[in-house]
Amino acid sequence: MLYIKCPYCGLRAQKEFSYGGDATVKRPNINEEVSSEDWDNFVYMRKSPRGKHIELWQHIAGCRQWIKVQRDTATHEIFQTAKVTEEIR
Amino acid sequence: MSQPFRLNKEGLINRNKKISFTFNGKKLFGYEGDTIASALIANGIHLVGRSFKYHRPRGFFGAGVEEPNAKLQVEFNGHSEPNVNATEMELVEGLSATSQNCWPSVNFDIGAINNFLKMFFPAGFYYKTFMWPKSFWYKIYEPFIRKAAGLGVASIEKDKERYEHKFEYCDLLVTGSGPSGLASAYAAAKNGAKVILAEDKPRFGGTLLTDDVSIDNLSGKDWAEKIITELKSMPNVTVKNRSQVFGYYDHNMLVMFERVSDHLEKKSKFTPRQRLWYIRAKETILSTGSIERPIVFGNNDTPGIFLSAAAKEYMKVYGVLVGKKPLIFTNNDSAYETALEFKKNNVEPIILDTREEHSSELIDEAKSKGIDIRFSHGVIVANGYKKVKSAKIGKLNKDKNSFGKIETVDCDCICVSGFWTPSVHLASQSGNKLKYEEKIDAFIPDKKKQHETSVGAANGSFTLEESLKHGFENGSNLSAKITETKTEISIPNVNEKKYGAHDKFWCMPLPKNENPKRFVDFQNDVSVSDIEIALREGYRSIEHVKRYTTLGMATDQGRTSNLNGLQLVSNIENKIVPEVGHTTFRPPFTPITIGTIVGREVGMEYMPTRKTPMHEWHEKNNAVFVDAGAWKRPRYYKLGSETLFEASKREAKNVRENVGICDVTTLGKIDIKGPDAAEFLNRVYTNAWMKLPVGKARYGLMLREDGIVMDDGTTTRISENHYHMTTTTAQAANVLSHLEYYLQIVWPELNVNVVSTTEQWAGAAIAGPKSRDMLSKLYPDLDVSNEALPFMGYKEAEFFGVPSRIFRISFSGELAYEINVKSDHGMFMWEKMMEVGKDFGNQPYGTEALSTLRIEMGHVAGPELDGRTIPSDVSLNGLVSKKKDFIGKNSLGREAFNVESRQKIVGLIPIDRKSSIPEGSHIVQDQNAKLPNPKLGHVSSSCWSVENNNPFSLAIMKDGKNMIGKKFFAVSPLKNKSIEVEVISSHYVDPEGKRVRS
Ligand SMILES: [Zn+2]
Repeated sequence: MLYIKCPYCGLRAQKEFSYGGDATVKRPNINEEVSSEDWDNFVYMRKSPRGKHIELWQHIAGCRQWIKVQRDTATHEIFQTAKVTEEIR
Repeated sequence: MSQPFRLNKEGLINRNKKISFTFNGKKLFGYEGDTIASALIANGIHLVGRSFKYHRPRGFFGAGVEEPNAKLQVEFNGHSEPNVNATEMELVEGLSATSQNCWPSVNFDIGAINNFLKMFFPAGFYYKTFMWPKSFWYKIYEPFIRKAAGLGVASIEKDKERYEHKFEYCDLLVTGSGPSGLASAYAAAKNGAKVILAEDKPRFGGTLLTDDVSIDNLSGKDWAEKIITELKSMPNVTVKNRSQVFGYYDHNMLVMFERVSDHLEKKSKFTPRQRLWYIRAKETILSTGSIERPIVFGNNDTPGIFLSAAAKEYMKVYGVLVGKKPLIFTNNDSAYETALEFKKNNVEPIILDTREEHSSELIDEAKSKGIDIRFSHGVIVANGYKKVKSAKIGKLNKDKNSFGKIETVDCDCICVSGFWTPSVHLASQSGNKLKYEEKIDAFIPDKKKQHETSVGAANGSFTLEESLKHGFENGSNLSAKITETKTEISIPNVNEKKYGAHDKFWCMPLPKNENPKRFVDFQNDVSVSDIEIALREGYRSIEHVKRYTTLGMATDQGRTSNLNGLQLVSNIENKIVPEVGHTTFRPPFTPITIGTIVGREVGMEYMPTRKTPMHEWHEKNNAVFVDAGAWKRPRYYKLGSETLFEASKREAKNVRENVGICDVTTLGKIDIKGPDAAEFLNRVYTNAWMKLPVGKARYGLMLREDGIVMDDGTTTRISENHYHMTTTTAQAANVLSHLEYYLQIVWPELNVNVVSTTEQWAGAAIAGPKSRDMLSKLYPDLDVSNEALPFMGYKEAEFFGVPSRIFRISFSGELAYEINVKSDHGMFMWEKMMEVGKDFGNQPYGTEALSTLRIEMGHVAGPELDGRTIPSDVSLNGLVSKKKDFIGKNSLGREAFNVESRQKIVGLIPIDRKSSIPEGSHIVQDQNAKLPNPKLGHVSSSCWSVENNNPFSLAIMKDGKNMIGKKFFAVSPLKNKSIEVEVISSHYVDPEGKRVRS
């Protein structure tokens, strides 16, 4: 079971969180024209890297904040966690 | 009742307490502190089971977790448990053990014929023998194998025991209480670290209990006791025996299995049987020690053949002799300690040492005590069927592959030592890639992947001095980093015997024309020739050889066989062992009970039960409940001998004719507040929300970004910046996360807050033509006329003195209202409604009637919004705004969503107007068509229309809008039904929606 550091609550067990996918995907702006290609990329296309991956998790059984987690998909090592408003380098 | 093999005083057992037990029906006794194995050996019993494949007689081989043979069916404390390791299970009064892998009995076993037909059971015999013909598997092979090959029998009784889970956090977890583990724990404890020390066995000390050493002038055993006593007295230390750390998971999470009370005769009702510990450790010391490996020779599985350290443990811990005429067969010095222990107990051993004559501290001591040592010698084959009687031994020539003199010597046991294998399973599970250490012919941990440090024998250090030093140093350094305190500890003086070098010799050759079985893996009956066959047949990867031969795949996980198997493969392949590699170590290290894994999550505790505030009323009024997620909802209220069908029909009909009330507390409720709330709703829902006035509700539809309908429900504007959203019961949690996602990540500029209020409100729907009359009695001071409280209107008013919210919304298609009060007032509200409603023919209705009412109205719900439908599929495209943007809008333009023949919701009625159409039925043109019969759609929801008094269903059909009036078959292979149906509109009752507005 992973041990995830919520930027608001501290280190908590994985069972308090739910997974939310790639954090680097940016939704096209609302009320703005978007090409089909850009939209399809946003909705469907995801990289599935072996190694470092910046992803979203939600602390559902805690503060309910969505957070960013940089994790190695092969080893599960977590390098960094951050608020969604912060950048992960 | 004498015990012929029990020594007079040796051992750590309690001779003051006799314990009686039975083995295969025979009454025996042992002492408190015995294992089943030690008690049986004390009684001279060695034949305990039959081997898996050939049904060869098998006895004990080890004295602990390494045991491959002695797995028994054991009944104790009201349990019957299969595959119990006799070398680990402690004796308890009244225990009854039976051999399991034999039929009809361990002494006469029909399956032993396999031993003489062994040409039929070569490597890969599962794959070769039992594959064809396929139909034989269930009827012939499987039952035969089950009966003849046996293994244990799982109990079919309900397990009455209590099992617990515990979550724990610590600075340092130490896994094993041998010298290096004790030293680590002690040093860390002195630095103020929070320490957990886990020992698998009942006694602490590991090899200190059996090795002839002294530490600071104390015997190993006394020193261990001193340290443990001190550790137990420290508040920052938890010391646990009978507790095995069996798994190493991500982020330094380790799982430990504690046998709390299996060894107790009496215990309190609340004492669990076993406990599973989830331990999150900042650092872990792996002090799991090492396991002796055997040397392979002919008939090396005969009862009476032991690992040499096990023989020593039986003497020193249990005061039991494994034999009185021992042969010690070794390639290293450690077995000399066993020989000396025999000698001390007045038993004369013969030592066969594969090494050439040389000198070492232990060899010299054995010589000086007059022990018969034969260098360059080994056991070729053991004689005796159910027990060793003699052994053919040979002098090895210099090439170690041919013999000089061969002779037969009498013996009643053979104690074999092929050197030591570090127990690296936890290190391997942590992700550590192991490395092969030439010096000890075994794998040891390499670079660490997590916060784990292997010390002592687990790390390949086999001297006490080194183990203690590493233990103290690592325990101190690792904990000092955490506690920032360092207490100096002087490393104690150690007195131990120095071992000479071992011989890299692991398998005895055979003389010409002799071909006895030489087993590598006892538990799965894998012999040298099986591995040779696998390699001859082209298997190369060690993982493939393992699966083909089943080497190391039994419950002992190859603890005594893996390295010998690897040696064999590398010899034949002419590779070095590290090139062959090792197989994967997997948790659990030893079998654990399913009960422990499950813990307290059984029966009612399997998951939380959510009850509405009115639950007790429903219970008292014969509600039959249905699970809606964790919620319990009344499905129907049973009157007399009514069936579900009769009751739901009555309840639904009453709503259509009079009035009914339904507990709708379970609907998801979300409070939405903030100046940008309207803008937010406008983006979340497909329809327009900017102009909804205060005091009005609106039905809304939300999509996922891929255009699929996510949920629907009504949202009411309570005040300027305050909305009350409802979701379906099932989607409540998902919708909240969805809203939070957009507010926190996508549109953080919107000033809106959302919070779940599902548990804060109790809800009741009042539905039916008489609902307004009833409402006016519930709110005598309120104007509830159609003008004052129109469809989709909202009011706040006192309900007999308690604050309440009134929504004029309808799910049944009838004139209807929904009243919310604070949860604490839910029961009060419900009882008042029942009381006031009497005059109007009010009856409560459950989810079954609720479904009937919505289906015949053509209202979609979960079965239609199944994660595959877009708004137009369910005729909700009227709610999709063309003017504004919203979540998922861009996806609605996808080509596949806009083809002419796109699926659409329709209604179905049976041609005979009688046959109910099973939900999930496929709609086909021709019920007799050849398979695969093209599927045109599926039935999503079915009911008995109370309005029209015949069955009615909703279905999602390809090209649905052009199917109205056509006839098809609804086929349910599950129910073996095929019903001819006619397609009609999905709105079967009141298609114009006049009633809700009346
Ligand atoms: Zn948090």
